Amino acid sequence: MNELIFFINKVIISGTIIGCIYALGAVGATLVFGILRFANFAHADMMTVGAFVALVFVSWFPGAGSVVGLPTGFVMLPVAMVFVAIMSVALDRMFYRPLRERNVKPILLLVASIGVMLMIQGLVRLFAGTAPRHFFSAEKKDIFRIELPFELSTRDIVITEPQILLIITTIVCIFCLHRFLTGTRLGKAMRAMSDNPDLALITGINTDRVVSATWMIAGTLAAAGGVLLSLDVILKPDLSFNLLLPIFAAAIVGGVGRPYGAIAGGLLVGFTESLAIFNWSILLRPLAPYIPDWVEIPSKLAFVPTEYKIVVPFVILIVVLIWRPTGIFRGQVL
Amino acid sequence: MNRYQREIILFSIALVAILVILIGFGEAYTTRLMVEIACHAVLALGLTIQWGYAGVFNAGVMGFMAVGAFVTMLFSFSINDEFWSSEGPGALAGLGVQILLLTIFIAALTQLHRFGISQRIKTACLLTALIIAFFVFNNAVEPVARVIESQAGFIGGFGLPVIVGWIAGGITAAIVAYGIGKACLGLRSDYLAIATLGFAEIIKAILKNADWLTRGTLTVSPLPWPVPTPNDIGFVLARSAYLSLMAVIVVAMFLLLQRAYHAPWGRMMRAIRDNEVAAAAMGKDVNFRRLEIFVLGSGLIGIGGAALTTFGRIFDPAGFHPLKNTFVIWVMVLVGGAGSNLGAIFGATAIYIIWTMSEPLTLFVFDVVANYGTEWFNWEPPADLAARALQTRVFLIGLTITIALRYVPHGLIPEDARRLRSV
Repeated sequence: MNELIFFINKVIISGTIIGCIYALGAVGATLVFGILRFANFAHADMMTVGAFVALVFVSWFPGAGSVVGLPTGFVMLPVAMVFVAIMSVALDRMFYRPLRERNVKPILLLVASIGVMLMIQGLVRLFAGTAPRHFFSAEKKDIFRIELPFELSTRDIVITEPQILLIITTIVCIFCLHRFLTGTRLGKAMRAMSDNPDLALITGINTDRVVSATWMIAGTLAAAGGVLLSLDVILKPDLSFNLLLPIFAAAIVGGVGRPYGAIAGGLLVGFTESLAIFNWSILLRPLAPYIPDWVEIPSKLAFVPTEYKIVVPFVILIVVLIWRPTGIFRGQVL
Repeated sequence: MNRYQREIILFSIALVAILVILIGFGEAYTTRLMVEIACHAVLALGLTIQWGYAGVFNAGVMGFMAVGAFVTMLFSFSINDEFWSSEGPGALAGLGVQILLLTIFIAALTQLHRFGISQRIKTACLLTALIIAFFVFNNAVEPVARVIESQAGFIGGFGLPVIVGWIAGGITAAIVAYGIGKACLGLRSDYLAIATLGFAEIIKAILKNADWLTRGTLTVSPLPWPVPTPNDIGFVLARSAYLSLMAVIVVAMFLLLQRAYHAPWGRMMRAIRDNEVAAAAMGKDVNFRRLEIFVLGSGLIGIGGAALTTFGRIFDPAGFHPLKNTFVIWVMVLVGGAGSNLGAIFGATAIYIIWTMSEPLTLFVFDVVANYGTEWFNWEPPADLAARALQTRVFLIGLTITIALRYVPHGLIPEDARRLRSV
């Protein structure tokens, strides 16, 4: 039984957690990719900015969390979301719109987004330093241990408070996004633009508003993902490149321009990652009596060593691009 | 101001800058700077044919550089006798046989359709087999790595001439590029950008962690040079010899690329870049041509990375950084003028000088700021001020990219558009 609990802790829980983070990032990335037609390389850095804004507010109001009974970083989540949403619209006005107005190829917007990415990285590290930061330096992280009522199990299922908040927040965000995309005029206009931009334009959709809304949603979700990720583990200022690949893999697996696909893709990439680095010999150990003697169970039996984790999203990306470039949910191929 | 005047003025400015550095910092420093400029010129030329000629977006320059550098190290570093007399080669050969068997097995699976098995089942079999093969391979490497690391440290080099290593590095980078390009180049360049960015991080992770192959963070040094080293004939002379070699390579590459640019081949590439549909309608195989130029450019980047690492005399996988090995080279190409060979060389010269000089400059500026801040405002500068100060360079590189895109979209030395309609 202990082995099974270990599996639940290491694969089911951590896979869900990292999958939710990827999903929050990938929804924004896929909307920008689908509507503005370029892969926004600055997306992962928008997540970092969100986390740092929350961190700054935590240092200003350290007691805010205990009033509501939640971690202070989580209380500051709305502030970070609003900040990053405004920032992404401002970035669009400053750097992307002038290029769009000149009618350049979308790939040049990608180059511009690399410039924006480096600018954000530089500023964040200039003001916040390069060392990793903790949200829980002043507070205690609540850890829940769920004991199982079985004879054989001595270990507990472990889940922390930020992880529960992360899952709840993701569900709430996705629900709100769903209501927005299906229920409001603007949301429908966004889906129309993503499906067929020419047709959307001749039906008189206000492109400017759609673009602003896209950036705001992307920024909000990115900030949520960034804050929750750094609440769960640690805030690293050089997170960017390691997040970018899984996020885009998730967006492409789900189908570009398909927000629901991006959620599925994010969870898929997250689970695959945690399955790939899981040490399978732990699950084989209880079976040792039934395995013939000449088969020796190695002490470590993982698909991918932990330090090569980034290979997983890359392989998923390449496999999808070869076999089904439209993704699971039949998105666009640009 | 016509084109030639402009080129002469820009290159004169670069020359004056180099002369100023020569007077200010001495001969040894200047020769080193010029060799590094030449290496970056090779890299910029490799990138400018990908992005400038054909519009193929490579965000993983660092990865191809690292491949070139690693292969050069493997080919040219002195032979490690301890390894060859240990059990290492046998274990490695065993691993090789395993890989061969797995490859044959998978190649056989791709022929399943000959036995009347449907495509769907074949794909499923293939995918399962690939996953199992990867699993087996991964768990077979570790014991071999442990044997080699415990008995010999790492496998060492082959002791071949350095130039052979450079060529092999270029070829290996090209082969790797073929694999990535094959998967991504049928789609828009965004996908290639994402894939190459990820690939670069993976290559770095592998080189950093595969201690048996590269010594990982322990680094390999001193790498042999193709010319006499400073230990034999002194810094200035040795670096000048290296510089002459690099100058020959850069000039040869420049002339060949210039010829290719004006040849029908170059025109075809630009046609594909400017109007893919029209080029396809004229019977050009768009995907194949893109793959061709991606492979060629990555090969050049591999050679450039090999030359740069060889010059530094140390192979340190952790030293590769996306900023200085990918994006600085992008800035060189964008500022110089995408698609212009002369522009790439000018961009490499100008940006590399600015990049090198900006390090002491930012440190100085921040030192002054910190001093006055403490004196006047009782501001206590953070302890890692130096590390933070260097981050302004990241910001400036990003700013340069966005400004160049907006205000000088064709670069300082635009591509020769005499017979092209302006875009």
